Amino acid sequence: MSTFKFSLVLLAVGALVFAAARYVGNDYVFFAGYTVLQFIVLATAWNILGGYTGYVNFGSAAFFAVGAYTTVFFHNLYPLPIPLLVVIAGIVAGVIGIGMGYLTLRLRGAFFAIATLALAVVLQTLVVNWDFVGGSRGAYVIRPESVPILGNYINYLFLVMLLLTIIALVVARTIERSQLGYGFATIRDDEQAAEASGVPTLKLKLIATAISGAFMGMAGAPFPYYIGYLEPSSAFGLAYAVNSIAMPMIGGTTSWIGPLVGALVLGITQQVATVTISSAVNLLIVGVLLVVFVVVAPNGIVGLIQDRLRARSK
Amino acid sequence: MTALLEVTGVGKRFGGFVALDGINLSVPAGERIGLIGPNGSGKSTLVNCICGTLTNEVGQVTFDGKHLNGLSAHARTHAGLARSFQLPRPFASMSVADNLRVPLMFTVNARPGTHLSAAELDARCAELLTLVALDHKAHRFPRDLTQVEMRKLELARAMAADPKLLIADEAMAGLSNSEVTDIVALLIRLNERGITIILIEHIMRAVMSFSQRLVVLVSGKKIADGKPEDVIREPEVERAYLGQ
Repeated sequence: MSTFKFSLVLLAVGALVFAAARYVGNDYVFFAGYTVLQFIVLATAWNILGGYTGYVNFGSAAFFAVGAYTTVFFHNLYPLPIPLLVVIAGIVAGVIGIGMGYLTLRLRGAFFAIATLALAVVLQTLVVNWDFVGGSRGAYVIRPESVPILGNYINYLFLVMLLLTIIALVVARTIERSQLGYGFATIRDDEQAAEASGVPTLKLKLIATAISGAFMGMAGAPFPYYIGYLEPSSAFGLAYAVNSIAMPMIGGTTSWIGPLVGALVLGITQQVATVTISSAVNLLIVGVLLVVFVVVAPNGIVGLIQDRLRARSK
Repeated sequence: MTALLEVTGVGKRFGGFVALDGINLSVPAGERIGLIGPNGSGKSTLVNCICGTLTNEVGQVTFDGKHLNGLSAHARTHAGLARSFQLPRPFASMSVADNLRVPLMFTVNARPGTHLSAAELDARCAELLTLVALDHKAHRFPRDLTQVEMRKLELARAMAADPKLLIADEAMAGLSNSEVTDIVALLIRLNERGITIILIEHIMRAVMSFSQRLVVLVSGKKIADGKPEDVIREPEVERAYLGQ
């Protein structure tokens, strides 16, 4: 399927999802759906670096927070429309991604993961001490009550996130099938052999961190409008870092479908658990599922299905 | 005539251990060179310094009239220097054909003035696979290959970069007699296509039948360089290999 056709299919699915959510007519569907979509974007973004090139980023929350705080910054300075904020947040987070990559990509494995975690701490400290964006007190971002045509503002936020999800999935799939995707895979398989084959590994890794970081930032940009009150400990929350790793791992890291499946499964489970049990149980669910999958299906749900299909065709 | 590869005074140490000590080596275009030496004599370190996997602290590597010091490994591959690894390092998640596609896309296509279309890429992959007799396994994965097929894939991937100089690092370790003959014949065929080859090997039968010139390293120093039949008679070489 060509990229164009694929985009059309995703747009059609997106339209159906939106229509279905409108049909239910309950605002809560949009609130819960927004969170699930946001996690699809985060998981897809994480997978571009973590799944395709094999570099595990523990600092997803920092990129997400950069996006969120970009919005807070402009809200205090001069409020801009959300789509524009998404673009700006993407650029800011992408640049930070390149910077982080330049500093840390010479490290491998656990050392890289620790360095990304350290980056998150450094950025959080900066934000806590930056009074203009609210510092440790946090910042209020009052969203308008409603927008024209759509009605309640949450419909609008949901739509923005839905479009961002579609863009993220199209980009991930396009990368996977391009020369860039081949290059990323060689880095994951064997970096020395990749260099010997002429793959400029450092450059490709920087591209991966930039794209990955940019999408995480974009996912964070509408968040202050969604939550209404943003404080550093929620924007830099552990849940984002853990979820954006766990979702691709559970879904499968080698293709764009994996993070999508993982985010849907985990995201919906968490939303249901929040309503039926308590929101505190979410991280427990993620942790248990992650352990189960690492042991039982190291290639995730997608890998499990692929193995089944292969076994049947033999 | 200037040599294709010129190594002058290259030295490398790991902490207090001197792995290479002022190595000089000149390789004219088109030659088949055998590089031998006991385990730990610095053969692979020398290859790594030439190919940019390691950086030499002193000395100079010049290839095709270009100074290589400070260049990354991939830039050296682009310049026309290819290597195979001692232990095969295939891209495990890709099919055999895709393994060859990587150097074609990232090295051959990266050179100014060349751009292979998708069809040309496929044709080149098929051609290389036929050359190493792996065409029937094009769509299999590296884990499905035997030892000797893995070595052939490793050589084919190095060849795919269209190199001027190929360094084959122990391409035959652990292979049977007939398989060794197979690979030597393959390397000589490649040489006849105009590729300069440095072969690092322990199997003397292979080295002797392959090399036009033999270089011997012992504890990071070059102790002999010349015609194979003369070199193996040198007392110093005998001493290094057989002891006294």
